[in-house]
Amino acid sequence: MANFIEGETGTRMLLVGNEAIARGALEAGISVAAAYPGTPATEIIENLTKAAKAHHLYVEWSSNEKVAMEVAAAASYAGLRSLTAMKQCGLNVTADFLVHLCLSGTRGGMVVIPCDDPGAVASINEEESRVFARLAEIPLLEPSDAQEAKDMIPYALELSEEIHNVVMVRSVTRLSHTSGTVILGEIPRADPKAQFKCSGPPLDPEDGLIMPMPVVSKHEMQQRKLEQALVRFEKSPFNTYVGPHAPQLLIVTSSVCYLYSKEAVQRLGVQDRVGILKLGTTFPLPPRLMEKHLGLSDRILVVEETLPLMENNLKALAMDLAPKTGIKIFHGKADGALPKVGELNVDMVARAIAKVLGKEDRSAAFDSYRKRAQQIAAEGAPARPLTFCPGCPHRASLWSIRLVLEMDNRNGFVCGDIGCYAMDLFGSGFGATKTIHAMGSGTGLASGFGKLAAFGMTQPVLSVCGDSTFFHAVMPALVNAIHNKSNITVVVLDNSGTAMTGFQPHPGLKVDAVGNEVPAVDIAAVCAAMGARVEMCDPFDPVKTQKTLLDLLDEDDGVKVLILKQICALSPEKKSKKAYDLRVEESICIGEACGCNRLCTRIFRCPGLIWDEDRGKARIDEALCVGCGFCASICPRGAIERKERS
Amino acid sequence: MSGAKLTSDPYNLIIAGVGGQGNVLASRILGQMLLRKGLVVTIGESFGANQRGGSVSSHIRISSESTYSPLVPYHAAHAVIGLEATETFRILSEYGNPEVKVICNTRPIHSVYVISGECKYPKTEKIRSWMEELSAQCWFLDATDEAMKLGSPVYGNIILIGAMAAIGELPLDREAFKAVLSETMAPDKMEVNLKAFDLGSSMIRTGGLA
Repeated sequence: MANFIEGETGTRMLLVGNEAIARGALEAGISVAAAYPGTPATEIIENLTKAAKAHHLYVEWSSNEKVAMEVAAAASYAGLRSLTAMKQCGLNVTADFLVHLCLSGTRGGMVVIPCDDPGAVASINEEESRVFARLAEIPLLEPSDAQEAKDMIPYALELSEEIHNVVMVRSVTRLSHTSGTVILGEIPRADPKAQFKCSGPPLDPEDGLIMPMPVVSKHEMQQRKLEQALVRFEKSPFNTYVGPHAPQLLIVTSSVCYLYSKEAVQRLGVQDRVGILKLGTTFPLPPRLMEKHLGLSDRILVVEETLPLMENNLKALAMDLAPKTGIKIFHGKADGALPKVGELNVDMVARAIAKVLGKEDRSAAFDSYRKRAQQIAAEGAPARPLTFCPGCPHRASLWSIRLVLEMDNRNGFVCGDIGCYAMDLFGSGFGATKTIHAMGSGTGLASGFGKLAAFGMTQPVLSVCGDSTFFHAVMPALVNAIHNKSNITVVVLDNSGTAMTGFQPHPGLKVDAVGNEVPAVDIAAVCAAMGARVEMCDPFDPVKTQKTLLDLLDEDDGVKVLILKQICALSPEKKSKKAYDLRVEESICIGEACGCNRLCTRIFRCPGLIWDEDRGKARIDEALCVGCGFCASICPRGAIERKERS
Repeated sequence: MSGAKLTSDPYNLIIAGVGGQGNVLASRILGQMLLRKGLVVTIGESFGANQRGGSVSSHIRISSESTYSPLVPYHAAHAVIGLEATETFRILSEYGNPEVKVICNTRPIHSVYVISGECKYPKTEKIRSWMEELSAQCWFLDATDEAMKLGSPVYGNIILIGAMAAIGELPLDREAFKAVLSETMAPDKMEVNLKAFDLGSSMIRTGGLA
């Protein structure tokens, strides 16, 4: 297929936002890209891995986001163009390096691409990366569609090289995961050479030391770089205005909110009264451009998602400009026209515009249909929570953990972490997991809980983490727990890949991002070397797993590690390969009369095993079952039969 | 850019389904087919953690002129392709309207709450009468069952794409499908996919029967 890598200059293609960003990186002549996977940012790097060979790139999945940013920065210091991308939480991980990086400055162009998730479509927070641009005092760009997502990458890298600092391009889920029509640009044929020049005077930006010191003068230089960026921003092609010369209402917006605003204005039919100033360069705000537009309208509606960052920046600027432009009336978050949480959509923006203009929106038009459809959906669309896939080893692992904690009977609990296994917390899980926060926090919290025996706490403390999470952030917490003799059991749910984001490799595997053979770091050996007692089981062997875990809980001295190793059901190696043929023997399953309380379908709840209402018995759903065979071990009557496939 | 003439501009098509059903691929195939007609296509998709059995929908916005926002406004869908019937009701409750057309797969996917008995999956007759009530026109296709006869449930989505082409709402034709297929699929998969597409089209002509 003509894909985003091979597509020729001028071709019109349908690209997902993250593909467009990857194409933009190729058109910018990037050499190095590094990241840790995280939705919705993952596909930026994943796509670049596909282009690595043909375009002579170095692309890696790093052990965490901070390391990834450091890898990308090294390329910049050696004169190459580089990028790093991450989900919003990943930007937190980079923060310590980022705030020093922006003081030391960069050489080759470097762009950092956080992808935010307003509404937490695929996250457990909806924090704002834009705040970091302000904190780190670096320029911020926000594309509104796939075309801009592509075009902004070369622009950002040029800007980065001009001001000698890192530039942020912020995406959101609705951009990163939206396909749009993109016209491709040219990919340069260059062969950049890397060299780290460091023998000039210490403060020489091209040949000196790379350091934030002397801090105050570097800080001053950093702020001058921002002013330099403003010169470009004042005439940036990414800032556009559509509307009447002097609109009754001026909408100032950015990112995908521009598309919501445009459509809302069109729907309300107020194109002759409302103008839209779309900003692609949102920090710092270009004052002369703002002066021009504020001067032509008295009423401003700022449309942005979650926090009122642009709104507050604009208000501050409007105060400075007031002697020239007059006092303005602002609408947005502060007056409640738009919510400060969650994502926006066309309807919300239309309602806000209608309210400000004192106009009717069409929202009442479908009242009776909506009421009836909602009624039918309430009755006819059963809730569908996220759940472990058919054949998921985590279901088996957490099943055993829950059983063992019940058998142990001391009210033990699990501190959870970031990965598919977090679903244990939801309605579709087993509920052994009681906390969830950041990558690695499960084991950090466990380390703390495990020291509370002195205050009378008698509950067994467990943490779980995935194999990729182990390398990302669990290791320091584990070291802490071992060194401080915290009494905990750390269960590593090793499914041989960064599964939740689509199975990217990690340091525990023998393969890197582009498929080269590399040394694997052995989790068991690492834990043993740190000083923990280490056990290993296959979670699909429930007898051994439960016996081992009970034994570990009984030992109340220091850190125990249990590695439950079984490959993810969705992994390319395993997908569509059934180990067993499963069937429910109807003469043995006696349904509700059994006394098992429908253990298989009411409690275990694998989507591949369903309850046949009419026959009053369990049944395998052939379209969904992947043949892992685990359910055969849970039926107390042995009605679920498994036959090994040859 | 000015592409083929549309019955509505933008034309809003939603594909409703469950994580793992191949929603994303189906929407991209449709998008590529429409792109070939010179149309501007925007597809907003909810994926990510949603591979794990949750509700998934793709919002396809088709225009002869400009890029639209990634989500269809409330109650503004022109057509819905339901890979799963109960998910189709969920979508209609937010995006449906009396004019909407629906093509719906009959194969149920039970959510964990249905499996556990906490929720009931509606009876087939109920599903049909509700769908008729909530749409201007609807077609029920045994797409998954027919696909399994072709060798794999994944062809069910191609059957539904063939059906969407046959209802004549959008400039989707067999030639464009073939061209997109030759770019996206291995050559040995060509024949079976074309067969699935044709089967979907013929099912519309025969009122949902294979």
